[in-house]
Amino acid sequence: MSKNGSGILRQRPATPWLYLLPSLIVMTIFIVYPGLNTFYLSLRNIDNTSWASTACKAGEACWGVFENYHYALTSTIMQTAFLNNIKWILLMVSGTVAMGLLIAVLADRVRYEAFAKAIIFLPMAISFVGAGVIWKFMYNYDTGQVQIGLLNAIVTSFGGKAVSWLTEPQINTIALIIVGVWMWTGFCMTILAAALKGVPTEILEAARVDGANEWMVFWRIMVPQILPTITVVITTMVINVLKIFDIVYVMTGGNYGTEVIANRLYTEMYKNFQPGRASAIAVVLILVIIPAMIMNIRRFNEQEATR
Amino acid sequence: MKTPSRFLNWLRGLPTHLILIGLCLIWILPSLGLFITSFRPVQDINETGWWTILAKPKGYEEFQAYCASCHGSDGKAISNADLTNPELVQNYRRSFALLTSLNREIDGQIHMGDTPIPDDKTTATIASYMRRISGIEARPKFTLSNYIDAITGYRGNSTYVTDCAAGNQSVDLYCNIRDLTNPRGMGRAFINSLLVAIPSTILPILFAAFAAYAFSWMDFKGRQWMFALLVGLQVVPLQMTLIPISRLYAQLGMNGTFWGIWLFHTGFGLPYAIYLIRNFMGSLPHEIFESAYLDGASHWTAFTKLAIPLSVPALASLGIFQFLWIWNDLLVALVFLGGKYPVLTYQIGNMVTSLGSGWHLLTAAAFISMALPMIIFFALQRYFVRGMLAGSVKG
Ligand code: HEC
Repeated sequence: MSKNGSGILRQRPATPWLYLLPSLIVMTIFIVYPGLNTFYLSLRNIDNTSWASTACKAGEACWGVFENYHYALTSTIMQTAFLNNIKWILLMVSGTVAMGLLIAVLADRVRYEAFAKAIIFLPMAISFVGAGVIWKFMYNYDTGQVQIGLLNAIVTSFGGKAVSWLTEPQINTIALIIVGVWMWTGFCMTILAAALKGVPTEILEAARVDGANEWMVFWRIMVPQILPTITVVITTMVINVLKIFDIVYVMTGGNYGTEVIANRLYTEMYKNFQPGRASAIAVVLILVIIPAMIMNIRRFNEQEATR
Repeated sequence: MKTPSRFLNWLRGLPTHLILIGLCLIWILPSLGLFITSFRPVQDINETGWWTILAKPKGYEEFQAYCASCHGSDGKAISNADLTNPELVQNYRRSFALLTSLNREIDGQIHMGDTPIPDDKTTATIASYMRRISGIEARPKFTLSNYIDAITGYRGNSTYVTDCAAGNQSVDLYCNIRDLTNPRGMGRAFINSLLVAIPSTILPILFAAFAAYAFSWMDFKGRQWMFALLVGLQVVPLQMTLIPISRLYAQLGMNGTFWGIWLFHTGFGLPYAIYLIRNFMGSLPHEIFESAYLDGASHWTAFTKLAIPLSVPALASLGIFQFLWIWNDLLVALVFLGGKYPVLTYQIGNMVTSLGSGWHLLTAAAFISMALPMIIFFALQRYFVRGMLAGSVKG
């Protein structure tokens, strides 16, 4: 902030606070207080009458006041959720970034660039719930002869057996991740395309004149040039993926081994009425997210500064 | 010399086009399927895939193979046995009756002559095809009734329009304008979504504009660190704030109220909104503000007459982002409104679990919820993309 002094009008000392007050009050109530309260609740028992240690049973492993964390970190269902979230991160982040990069590079060379990009970006405009319905229909599985789901129709037309994509363990999480990739590729593509446009054409031309083929130009020049942007996209996607909830909630409800952390949080709080456990899961979630967030904001500010 | 090289160039570009167009097709196909299906009659949806809409109706091929040689491919060739005449076909509604007729002798000759007589199942298919071409069971290729049923929340076995025309209305339907607000319908949900999203977009932007002005053009103690703290608040994820707030609301009786969800969205949207508007307002040219102050303008005038009008691009991007974020949100609506005021996402989520494969309703409902975002997307693409991208660091 460079403009302390001359340009700024003198004002009564109270005036700035009048402008700030509405925001400050609302933010204190809705972010600061609950943020702190969640930590506190995560150490409390089921009805918030005493510390979580009272939930311990004699003869079983107990983490004292951190008993809720015992659940959040070691219970079988949470382990499934963690494992699935790792799958989500690995597949969805690599999927969206790779696809986004591919489309950004290809679209840059054609005349219908804007049109192609609009089609890829369109799923960003719709809700996860809408996307859930769209893809549930794609994955539809009929026990009879006719398959009205496109995927199974393709499988059976090649003589295969129809697959119940959403209940088959192993397959179903991947089926859900594909929905995520479909939705978020447009986001990655747009950011990466903007970065690619910033790569100086002279460098690319020089390399081509020197006999480099397109493949080498891509890996040796384009990718290193936009590496900072790729990092931002990756961290942003990691954060988004960690919080993924709606797709799982709508398409499988977390059943058939598709549980993820954010859906577990919802289930513990609003179906099992376990605010302590839910809060512990929330704390675990933020602890995982914060490093990525900090990295992201720092990068973002760096970019803003150099722009 | 020129033509071959141009051709070569074109050939070299071909893989790019093929891959790109292929990907675009893959991307659009799922939405296209939903869109087409939402306009098909329910029987068709469950009988054939949406990609067969251009194909002939079911039974056409069987009819051509067995009957067309005498009755003509349109079924009208024999004048006193016109198979498109509903009165005649009425007698052969059941495939059993038809099969008997096919086995019977006509004028001393076997009905079908040299053509082999079809088996039971094929006969049934042909019978249903005849019902269709004769108009007894005619159904249009496309219909709006899925949308009407979804909007009114109709759950019967027929359609809302036929049921109402016949006078057998279901318990909670009135067959008049009131049905648009049936709590189970998408019409009501659409209104609720608007009621949630509009104030939840305006309030935070309004508050944020004030705060952002203070941060950019006022001098006060603690300005720097307060702004830093605010940027930091963006990292708090939504999930972190849900539980204490819903407990607080439970004590205050604010669960299931619009005020509850408006305030929540306002609070949660503020840090990012302030951050974005401040960055924009702060980068407006100094000279404008300085000369305004020299001319004796107060902060209030500078804010309303200068800062706000000049920040419209940022406000628009932010507004679109915030609006769509709320429009598409399920989690917050689920927690704070639930079934009391079902919004679109909530209603669809509910239908998915309760209807199973009621695809005619689900596809129409999903498209209703997507219509507004798509219009915004195509109309305001530039702002939309900008808002989306800038919003990517939001918690
Ligand atoms: C070999 C020629 C031939 C074939 C093949 C044929 N029909 Fe016919 N069909 C006739 C003739 C001739 C009549 C009698 C017209 C009359 O009553 O004078 C007739 C009459 C009918 C009638 C009316 C019977 C009535 O109530 O008078 C029906 C229904 C009918 N056909 C259905 C079919 C169907 C369905 C098929 C295909 C599975 C079929 N036909 C195949 C020659 C044929």
